[in-house]
Amino acid sequence: MADSKAKPGLLLDIRNLRIEATVYPPGEPPKNIVLVHDVSLTLEKGKVLGLIGESGAGKSTIGLSSMGYGRGGVRITGGEVILNGRDIMKGGKEGFRKLRGREVCYVAQSAAAAFNPAHRLMDQVVEATLLHGMATRTEAEKRAVALFKKLSLPNPETIGERFPHQVSGGQLQRVMTAMALCSEPDLIVFDEPTTALDVTTQIDVLAAIKDAIRDTGVAALYITHDLAVVAQVSDEIMVLRHGRLVECGDTRQIIKEPRQDYTRALVSVHEIEHAEEKPGATPFLSVKNITAAYGGGNVKVLRDISVEIYPGQTLAVVGESGSGKSTLARAITGLLPPVEGTVTFDGRPLANRLADRPKEDLRQLQMIYQMADVAMNPRQTVGTIIGRPLTFYFGLRGAERDNRVKELLEEIEMGQGFINRYPAELSGGQKQRVCIARALAGKPKLIICDEVTSALDPLVANGILKLLLNLQQIERVAYLFITHDIATVKSIADSIAVMYRGEVVRYGSKSKVLTPPFDDYTDLLLSSVPAMEIGWLEQAIGGRKMASAGH
Amino acid sequence: MLDIKRIPIPALIGIVLTAMFVLAAIFGPLIAPHGNGEIIGDVWEPMTAAHWLGTDNLGRDLLSRMIYGARITLFIAVLATALSFSLGAILGFSAAVFGGWFDTLLSRLVDLLMSIPTLIMGLVVLSVLPSNLVTLILVMGILDSTRVYRLSRAVAVDINVMDYVEAAKLRGEGSGWIIFREILPNALSPLVSELGLRFIYAVLFLSTLSFLGLGVQPPDADWGAMVKENKDGIVFGIGAALIPAAAIAMLAISVNLVADWVLNRTTSLKGGRG
Repeated sequence: MADSKAKPGLLLDIRNLRIEATVYPPGEPPKNIVLVHDVSLTLEKGKVLGLIGESGAGKSTIGLSSMGYGRGGVRITGGEVILNGRDIMKGGKEGFRKLRGREVCYVAQSAAAAFNPAHRLMDQVVEATLLHGMATRTEAEKRAVALFKKLSLPNPETIGERFPHQVSGGQLQRVMTAMALCSEPDLIVFDEPTTALDVTTQIDVLAAIKDAIRDTGVAALYITHDLAVVAQVSDEIMVLRHGRLVECGDTRQIIKEPRQDYTRALVSVHEIEHAEEKPGATPFLSVKNITAAYGGGNVKVLRDISVEIYPGQTLAVVGESGSGKSTLARAITGLLPPVEGTVTFDGRPLANRLADRPKEDLRQLQMIYQMADVAMNPRQTVGTIIGRPLTFYFGLRGAERDNRVKELLEEIEMGQGFINRYPAELSGGQKQRVCIARALAGKPKLIICDEVTSALDPLVANGILKLLLNLQQIERVAYLFITHDIATVKSIADSIAVMYRGEVVRYGSKSKVLTPPFDDYTDLLLSSVPAMEIGWLEQAIGGRKMASAGH
Repeated sequence: MLDIKRIPIPALIGIVLTAMFVLAAIFGPLIAPHGNGEIIGDVWEPMTAAHWLGTDNLGRDLLSRMIYGARITLFIAVLATALSFSLGAILGFSAAVFGGWFDTLLSRLVDLLMSIPTLIMGLVVLSVLPSNLVTLILVMGILDSTRVYRLSRAVAVDINVMDYVEAAKLRGEGSGWIIFREILPNALSPLVSELGLRFIYAVLFLSTLSFLGLGVQPPDADWGAMVKENKDGIVFGIGAALIPAAAIAMLAISVNLVADWVLNRTTSLKGGRG
């Protein structure tokens, strides 16, 4: 495309990019912070460069700079962004307008939030093409349908007539990729396109994106925090941390022979050794034939579930979104009283409804949430958050309470200095640690962990898992660990229940569940977890027994 | 904590003016040059060095009447707003937390009250009941609490489904803790902004009632009643009626300047500080 006066081969050349933003911390004068420190990169035509790093590493900011865009008051203050042989920063507003949607397109993380719900998909897919006057409507729509086919969307001829809410998340993400490809750009910026998807869906979207990149010869910047994902699609990988370049090299070198410690940590992040414990004689919590439903019993989300948890051990519940894992937790805690079935705790039945349970039962059963941000009252200090269960269950007050809070803070490997902080003043990992301390404060026998690591960066998540395992050793607490991530399961579980559409399809000790022969769903789930291997994607797609639901 | 230099100028103006009104109200008898009902001169005298704001329709000192009027106006408006907020917010939060028939019953009752125009409702009730300060405050407070109820219920419904409220329920906390410790601190921002607005509505409503003769009874007068007393002067080019009217406007603006500033300070979801 476009008026290419570039050196042959070189498409994008970012030199010494420096990006700044002004922050307004409460109670202090506004100050300037540098988000990206002098990062340089080059990208050839038809190649894919993976940008990887934890949140705040500046990867999205760098990606967006290739179209001269700074999100939310971010300013590009230094360096050059040379695309197709010209510095786009000198083009001004008019230049950006010509560039965006024509030479560079963007695929956002959450397609559901990025599409306008009031317009049909087709209108949105061809919009940029028409706006730049690159094709007539009929031509553009023809092109879009061809792209829908290539991205293996169902009913490619008619899917464009639907509204965004009428297709699933995985399909929407592929429609967005079609939208980016429709105007035949030179470069596409993929900003975590599969992060919000289930593993089983992620693999389809990933394969579709990879095929589309290969067939159209477009260059791409692929932004993600998952090294295993980026290893499947990119030719080169750039590792970023705190807005600085850590390491850059071709994919094989980065994942096989990382040179920097940080990259090494990223590569080996999933490896936690956890020896499986044999189930004891008697489970202390057993769930028998539970059926739960929403909407007054009409929509059954759990059918005939039976699982058991042994003291001091971990039961992992695995499955994709909509499989009923979180509903199982709600049924056990009494937030959603089951329609049928019983929960037995310590040999006696638990009341179905939360309101009917005595305080003692509530204390024994604590919960940790996925989003630590919203699981803590933003107007309470860490001291209050952790201290309240102490006062509530044990009647501790004053200095006694504070001492215990300090002990708990030490236990979760945070200092005593955090006692007067508000949740907003903590990092993501620290927030989740405080939530763990709050759950531990009641000295429970069982903690339900609902996707506790899925909102965190890999290295931070790793730290949380290690902490949970340590605490299990010290406090002999059992976990019901809900997750969609098989890798997490391997490193923490003693027994596993695989759930699919409200039923347990496979249940037993970890070694038993993870040993072949697998049933079709477990096979799909296991084979969909990206492995840190080049060429894994093709193997996985070729070898699976059942297609994913495409959620 | 609070650095005066960092308060924005509009808020500073608001604070100074509001403080002036409040001080005038509190120390009224000490500041006022003359008594409330004391006739000191001719009818509608112009502004002079002796009588800064001139005299009113009976020859009373307008400045002194304004100061005594501030007392009554602020006193009634503050109490009525306090009543409407405590009533509306507590019922609204409870409705959100308890839900079910409690919520339905209360919400329909509020709908019923709101479907009758406030002024007409106020006029009817006040013409039946004995006209004294207590009834006035009660009527104004209860009528206004319907608005506060709607707002606080809407805000609390959103907060009630947050994970931290669920965590508190799982812990076994009672409704008291959930309403006052989990929901209230997080609902404060919209409530504070509403407070500024509602307080002004209370002042205006009181003035309207007094203007219509059902509010504060003579010889006491709030600012609305003073507009009424002096309104005939406008025909003769005498501005005495405009002075209490201007005072109402000034109070309205200055209180809202302060409320806006408080709102800005507290809405930042960056946390509990400030």
